[in-house]
Amino acid sequence: MLEQQLVNALSLGSVYALFALGFTLIFGVLGVINLSHGAVFMLGAYAALQAVVKLHLPLWAALIAALLFSGVVGMLIDVLVLRPLRKRNAPHLIPMIATIGIGIFFNNAVQGIFSADNQRFPSDLLPDQQVYFAGVQVSVLEIAIIVLSFALMGALFFIMNRTQIGRALRAIAESPKAAALLGINVEGLFLLTSFTAAALGGVAGVLIALYSNAVFPLMGQPILHKGIAVIILGGMGDIRGALVGAMFLGFAEVLSVAYIGSTMRDAVGFGLLFLVLLLRPQGLFGKVLERKA
Amino acid sequence: MLKLSNVSKKFGGLSVLQDVSFEVPAGKVFGLIGPNGAGKTTVFNLVTGLVAPTGGGIHFEGQSLPGMKPHQITRLGLGRTFQNIRIFKEMTLLDNVIVGMHSHLNYGVPAFMLSLPGFRKREQQARDKAHELLSWMGLTHKAEDIADNLSYGEQRKLELARALATEPKMLLLDEPVAGMNASEKTELMAEMQQIKKRGYTIFMIEHDMRFVMGLCEEIAVLNFGRIIAQGTPDEIKNNPDVIEAYLGREDDEPVTGVIT
Amino acid sequence: MTESFDNFWAIYSNLVLTIGINGLLALSIYLTLSCGLLAMANAAFMGIGAYTASLLTMNAGAPFSVALLGGMAAPTLVALVIGAPTLRLSGVYLAMATLGFGEVVRVAILNAESWTGGALGLNGIPQSTQWWHVVASLVIVLLVLWRLRRSRVGRAFEAIKEDGVAASLMGIGVLSHKMLAFTLGAAIAGLAGALNAHLTFFIGPSEFGFDRGVDILTMAILGGTGGLTGPVLGAAIITLLPELLRSLKDFRTMVNGIILVVIVLFLPRGLWDPLRFKQWWARRKAVTAASGEKR
Repeated sequence: MLEQQLVNALSLGSVYALFALGFTLIFGVLGVINLSHGAVFMLGAYAALQAVVKLHLPLWAALIAALLFSGVVGMLIDVLVLRPLRKRNAPHLIPMIATIGIGIFFNNAVQGIFSADNQRFPSDLLPDQQVYFAGVQVSVLEIAIIVLSFALMGALFFIMNRTQIGRALRAIAESPKAAALLGINVEGLFLLTSFTAAALGGVAGVLIALYSNAVFPLMGQPILHKGIAVIILGGMGDIRGALVGAMFLGFAEVLSVAYIGSTMRDAVGFGLLFLVLLLRPQGLFGKVLERKA
Repeated sequence: MLKLSNVSKKFGGLSVLQDVSFEVPAGKVFGLIGPNGAGKTTVFNLVTGLVAPTGGGIHFEGQSLPGMKPHQITRLGLGRTFQNIRIFKEMTLLDNVIVGMHSHLNYGVPAFMLSLPGFRKREQQARDKAHELLSWMGLTHKAEDIADNLSYGEQRKLELARALATEPKMLLLDEPVAGMNASEKTELMAEMQQIKKRGYTIFMIEHDMRFVMGLCEEIAVLNFGRIIAQGTPDEIKNNPDVIEAYLGREDDEPVTGVIT
Repeated sequence: MTESFDNFWAIYSNLVLTIGINGLLALSIYLTLSCGLLAMANAAFMGIGAYTASLLTMNAGAPFSVALLGGMAAPTLVALVIGAPTLRLSGVYLAMATLGFGEVVRVAILNAESWTGGALGLNGIPQSTQWWHVVASLVIVLLVLWRLRRSRVGRAFEAIKEDGVAASLMGIGVLSHKMLAFTLGAAIAGLAGALNAHLTFFIGPSEFGFDRGVDILTMAILGGTGGLTGPVLGAAIITLLPELLRSLKDFRTMVNGIILVVIVLFLPRGLWDPLRFKQWWARRKAVTAASGEKR
């Protein structure tokens, strides 16, 4: 039984991690708290659903479609809203407020178009086989989620730490002005980061939609709040922190539901958030120093 | 008046100040000079409580400063300006200066809620005093302008006026003439003489040698986080260690032409 | 004449009173913004005030005035407790922390069923709120905030908002001033909550969550945070908007979202912006002077 819970926790945690990574990327590189990330997450799920239902694409293609769609939305947000604000040197709470507006806009637009009802993926599409692995009964879906999440995260880590682009991104995270002086194409990389972060968020949305078999307009909100808790827990702007924090939250939630009861589930994240903020505001891995211009 | 004893500061593994000791005597103009990156602004940050020393003691009029909050240190009588000018850009010049008087405007909540005479009188006094300080700096004609509209030199003067408004005993000036043209510097030099005459102690960090040699009565030289010399301007000018510190570093502009 | 007023009032009294209550909420967030704090906790404080006041009148049979005081005191106490650790955090961390706090309160209300009725909320709250309660509250709060702005406290807030470090070097105790703004904002939000609960006779946990917090923020940002008129104006507009856009009822929240983005991009200081008026006026004078000279 416990092993079962651990697998649940791992899959939940890895999806949280995918979401949190996108969130952290935008904060770390662009310096913006993107509160529309929950909406992007939701748009990914809807995109995949539409791809399957309307375009009759197989699941793997729908996933790619969702990835691309969310990524493009992320780029649009950067070009239309974040970039003008950057040009104006707006204090960094202003972009955050703008992303709140964007998130609300998407949530309600989708609600208006698709209605607030819960929608599901066609049941024949979901892999429902169970597999025995090390004495634990695991669904193929969960395995797919874990594998896919870790593959994407691995790719992200590799890019950030071993490639020229990753170095450039880390330079921008330190100081965009200095990076520009070094000849780095800062705006171009901002665009790329927006795409990647949103794409990861969209994929996370599809995975959660498959996992819980539910697609509804406000599905991004609770995840957004948890994402906030995760990155504060792990340390804002730090990728390892996002991963550790997400796993921690996944485990905490699953175990608390199993052993305490489901009503407190959402509160667990915030209880932890509060403790962290009181005791160690910079999170596990975060730096206290503020970012230079 | 201000005494640093064996002060050291490390940021992570980087040692910025080591075994720094000097004393700023009351009523004099004291200068701290040294090549870029020597750690001068860190000294100011330590004194004003923005940063805590790793070791050593800092005393102002006998009172130990480390551990106190910046606003408490200001209230003890230390006023400061910044290297990169930190005026309140969206407030008027007058308001900028009046903010400096915050700790001296001791009226209580009922006084300003009900607009009692005591409140109004103190506010009026504050405005008058602010005007006086601004006219001293030659800025009174722009009193109601937004601070952001000032030229660079004028902003520096505003910062000085604001620091004076806190009614300090000692002024800590971080590069007061940086970025000013020659006439502005001469003006400021005269104003600083005035300030000194009125009894303020001045502790400044500066790169402009003519300014430092012309105003300071005592100078300490900081290099790579250590005090390498201390004395009168003449003593410093001729000190071989000082000359080497300025000449010996490849990436610094040769300073010999400026030490007159 | 009075008959048409009576008719008007019979239909629209709720709306007018809601504008007043929303005005209080917008002012509460304006207060924290004027100190440079983006504290998204005011919806939660409103909820705490609403529930406390309602429980006082319903369970303890307390008179309305006591309930209102309780509705202000409870969020103030909570603000004092969470303020000390969280107000040390800078901008974005504070916003996140207060957002998180709001969620904690919502979940707490949901789970404390025996007290709060859980998800079903509290029903049957006596409708004690009269028009003059709202007007008096608004006037008193406006007066207090106006006097505050003109005192050294108001100047200190402005200074802290621009540059907390420089402000501290002016002898301003930055943390204590932030606490003042935060707790006073909480008290005002709690008052609004208490008044609102006794107007709508029903409250539920979903009313005091993220959506409400965004509503309040939108009102202040739309109206303008340069002075006291802005937030009240923003509150009036946001309250009236759904009435004016009856046909777009389902898209009401979406409109809020669009407003936020548009204002942030194009009118960053909001609609009521004394600075913009001054500049516009100065430009007009320059133009008329120039055209006068040409003749």
